[in-house]
Amino acid sequence: MAVCPMENIIVEYLVQANNISKSFGDVHAVDDVSLKIRSGEIYGLVGSDGAGKTTTMRLLVGALKADSGEVNICGYDINTQTENARSQFGYLSQRFSMYEDLTVMENIRFFAEVRGLKSNEWLPRCNEILEFVGLEKFTERRAGLLSGGMKQKLGLASALVTRPKVLLLDEPTTGVDPVTRQDFWQLVIRLTTQGDGVSVIISTPYMDEASRCNRVGFMKAGRIIAEDTPSNLRAQLAGRILELRGSPLPILRRTARADKDVEDVQAFGDRLHIRVGEDKAKDVLNRLPSEIRSVGGEINDLRIIHPTLEDVFITLSESK
Amino acid sequence: MNKPVIMVENLTRRFGEFVAVDHVNFEVNEGEVVGYLGPNGSGKTTTIRMLLGLLEPSEGQATVLGFDAFRQTEEVRKRVGYMSQKFAIYDDLTVWENLTFYGGVYGINDKARIKHTLELVGLIGHDSTLTRSLSAGWRQRLALGIALVHEPKLLFLDEPTSGVDPTARRAFWDLIYELASTGVTILVTTHYMDEAEYCERVAIMRDGKLLAMDTPLNLKKNIISGDIWEVYVQPLERGLEILSEMTGVERVGLAGDYLRVISSNVKKDAMLSQLSKTGLKVEKIEKGEVTLEDVFISLAR
Repeated sequence: MAVCPMENIIVEYLVQANNISKSFGDVHAVDDVSLKIRSGEIYGLVGSDGAGKTTTMRLLVGALKADSGEVNICGYDINTQTENARSQFGYLSQRFSMYEDLTVMENIRFFAEVRGLKSNEWLPRCNEILEFVGLEKFTERRAGLLSGGMKQKLGLASALVTRPKVLLLDEPTTGVDPVTRQDFWQLVIRLTTQGDGVSVIISTPYMDEASRCNRVGFMKAGRIIAEDTPSNLRAQLAGRILELRGSPLPILRRTARADKDVEDVQAFGDRLHIRVGEDKAKDVLNRLPSEIRSVGGEINDLRIIHPTLEDVFITLSESK
Repeated sequence: MNKPVIMVENLTRRFGEFVAVDHVNFEVNEGEVVGYLGPNGSGKTTTIRMLLGLLEPSEGQATVLGFDAFRQTEEVRKRVGYMSQKFAIYDDLTVWENLTFYGGVYGINDKARIKHTLELVGLIGHDSTLTRSLSAGWRQRLALGIALVHEPKLLFLDEPTSGVDPTARRAFWDLIYELASTGVTILVTTHYMDEAEYCERVAIMRDGKLLAMDTPLNLKKNIISGDIWEVYVQPLERGLEILSEMTGVERVGLAGDYLRVISSNVKKDAMLSQLSKTGLKVEKIEKGEVTLEDVFISLAR
C-alpha cells in the first residue's frame, strides 16, 4: 500500500494499466497489455527489438495515447489527470540528457525548476540525493568532466529530485562496466526498500539485469507472454537444460541436435546448452554419450544445470 | 601446431606518468573466441589500439598474424576486421551499397565477394533495404558483414551485441562460431556478462594489468573460492548490515528481493541464527551459483 501525496489516496498499485492497446497502421505495437506494479517493486520489461517495450513505457507516461484501455499512476488517470499522473514519474534513459557545461548542482537545479519546484523544495532534497548517489563531493564539477558512471548517477539524481513515486529506467546501463552497474543497482534497490518504496519499471535486453528484478514481464509482438519472478520463470524449465562439455564441439552439436528428445542446442564458448522435452532429461542423459562416442566425439561432462533466464527467454520467444 | 595469431609480450604503454597498459602478456590461438573485459579506463582499448598498430608500445611488443603490429601495420590491417558499436553505417544507403562502399575501401570490387558476404551474415534478400529501416539485430549483421568483406583472419568485436535481445544475440553468436570454425580468430570486448559467457576464454584487465585469462568455468572455480548464498530476509537493508559484519562474509549485495552473499566459510545456520537473533525475519537461504560478474567484481574492485 502506498499513500499518494496529493490527496492521500491509498492505492494498492502505483502503476496500473488495464488492457492497453496501441496500433500504428496495421502494426499492433502494444496489444492488450495489463500491468500492476506495487510500491517497492522492481519490474523488468524484457523482449526483442520491436516487441513493444518502448511503446508500453510511452503509453504509461502519457507520451502516447492508447487506442483502448486505461492507465492509472498512483490513482491518477493518465488521460484525464495527466499532470498529476505525470508528476509521479522520474525518468532515466540510456541517453539521459544533461548539460555538460553546467555543474552537477546546476544540472539538478535545472531539472528541478523545469518540473516546477521552488528552491525551498528542491534544495534540501538535492543534498540528500547527491549524498545518496555519492556525488556530494562533486557538486561544483562540470557534468562534461564526470566519468560515465558518475554521469549516470547524476542522471539518476536529476530523475529523483521531484521525489517520484515511480521510476522509469529505459535501458539505463548500456555501455557502463559491471562494477559501475553493480553500484547503480544497489542504489535502485535501496530506493525501493527505503521509506515509502519507489516502484521501478526497467526495460532491458540483458538477462543478467532482468534477473535482479522482483518480477519480469516477457514481451513478444506487443503482448506480455509471461510474467513472474525470475526464480519462478526459471523453474518453468527446471530439469530440462543440460550442459555438455567435450570435443569436437561441432560433432557434439550435430549429434545432440539429431536426438529426438532434444529441442534446442546452443553453443556457449567451450560448452553446449541442450534443451530437452519435458521429462526427457533422463533418457537423453542415458542415450547421448553413446551416440556421441559412436561418431568419434568425446564427452568430459554432461549434467542437468539450473536454467538461466536466457534459456527461458529463448524458449518463450520460440513458442506461442 | 600453428603459431599463435596474437602474441603479446610485456606490452606496455605510458602516457606521461600514467601507465595505461602495464607489462601485459598473452597469446591467442587460431580459431579461438576470446573475451576482453575490464572497467572503463582499465587499458582494454589501449591494448586493442596497439594490436591494430594505431599506437606505438612504450615497451614490449605485439605480434599479430606473424607481423609486428606496429612496424608492419599495413600487413596487419589487410588481414584484420573491426566491428564497433560506434561504427558509421550510412543510413541513406542500402545494405548492398554499404557493403560495396566499405569493400571499395579495401580495394574489393568483386560482386561475387559482396554476395558471398551477404550470404555469410544472412542478409541475402535484404540487399536493397535501406539501412535506416533495419532492426538493431539486422544492423548488427550488416556491421559484421562490413567487417568481413575483405575476409580477415582476425576479427575485433567491440560490444557487438549491445542493445540487442537474446534471440538476436544468439543468432549473431552462431555466426561468430561458424567463422571461428573456419579458422577466423575473434577478440571481443564487452561490458556484458551475457556476452562474455559466449567466449571460450576471458581476459580481465584492471589498472593496465591483465589479472586473469581463462575459460569462464575455470575463472569461476579459481577466483571465487567460497560459496554463494541467496538470503531472503526482511528488512533487506538491516540484513545487509548484519551479514556484512560477519566474519567469513566477503561481500553482500542487494539483488531484487534477496541478498546475495559471497562467503569464504560461513555456514547457512550461522547466518540464520545471526539474523534471527537480531529479530529479522528469514524466509529462506538458498545456495546460489557463481557468475562471471562475481569474478569480474572480485578482480576489478
